[in-house]
Amino acid sequence: MRAGIAGDARAYRSLLEALTPRLRALVARSLARAGASGADMEDVVQETLLAIHLKRHTWEPSQPLAPWVWTIARNKTIDALRRRGRRIELPVDDLAEFLPAPAERDPTEGGDVERLLGSLGERQRDIVRSIGVEDRSIRETADRLGMSEGAVRVALHRGLKALAALYRRSEA
Amino acid sequence: MKTEDLIAALAADGATVETPPARRAGTALLVGALIAAVVFAVLIGPRPDWRAAIETVRFPFKFVPFVLLAIGGIGGLIRLSRPDGRLGVFAAILALAAGLLLGSVVVELAVVPADRWARLAIGHNAPHCLTLTPFLAIAPLAAALLAARHGATTRPALTGAVAGLAAAGVGATLYAMNCTDDSPLFVALWYPLAVAIVAGAGALFGRRLLVW
Repeated sequence: MRAGIAGDARAYRSLLEALTPRLRALVARSLARAGASGADMEDVVQETLLAIHLKRHTWEPSQPLAPWVWTIARNKTIDALRRRGRRIELPVDDLAEFLPAPAERDPTEGGDVERLLGSLGERQRDIVRSIGVEDRSIRETADRLGMSEGAVRVALHRGLKALAALYRRSEA
Repeated sequence: MKTEDLIAALAADGATVETPPARRAGTALLVGALIAAVVFAVLIGPRPDWRAAIETVRFPFKFVPFVLLAIGGIGGLIRLSRPDGRLGVFAAILALAAGLLLGSVVVELAVVPADRWARLAIGHNAPHCLTLTPFLAIAPLAAALLAARHGATTRPALTGAVAGLAAAGVGATLYAMNCTDDSPLFVALWYPLAVAIVAGAGALFGRRLLVW
């Protein structure tokens, strides 16, 4: 994380990747304890990763990283449970025969993030997708969209912030 | 979007890190306090006899609890801006401010005859104290809340209230220069009410503004 804050993108990426399985375990346990289904687990993990990213300046480098990460994960899990609490869930079993068979879904695919990306501006959505899903670098994205690298960086950052705000608003 | 894709996007955004909460909150409260000080100097000003009042015991002592309140409040705000933050030592500073206020009341009750207590406690400036202290706290509170938005508190209402305590500390310190009621009986009755108004406002705003 220290290297990540200093701007070492590779170290930062491997830190987030290393955290993810532990976050999954932690979130799955908290959801199970609250009696909620694990279906939203990946969504909560993704929201937590986004919060870790946007709030990483609030980690005090002289302190251990783990408690900071777990506090954020716990908080985001509670937010998600609150959100679920307001959503009415119908038992699907009775309707099963009327529903098309669910498509095979990659378990690491986030439903929320996909839906929320849809509410972003076109430019921001393009850029987040280009760098995330299509795995292009900032420069490639800039070339493709005919923007400067700086503008892509700014749009990416704004897009991620807007995404976090959308998570928050979908609670209300 | 898969989690690894999201991570790729986050890693690409690695270069934009915000200022740590301590510096941001410190700067914010300093700016807020400066604005409040200018407002005080232009619109209110110190009491006319402040030079003589400084020589007394009661007038200078009035400032001690409120300066402590501002220090404890800003320190606590910085701590609470982190998700894993606790008030810690700053809770003790805030408690010390309250303790000094109560202690001064006990001393005052001991040295002043009982028939003057009520008059001293009611004083002449209660309406001013209740309005001007929160008024002077507006700029510091707004600045502190804006700074706290960049943090990540897990307790928005408490953090907002602590921001209110810090702002009220600034407001009360400034107003105390104007206020001619120096008896601890007055100070411990009306000032805490004014502080509570600001802290309550901070908690209400905090609950709305400090979620992330």
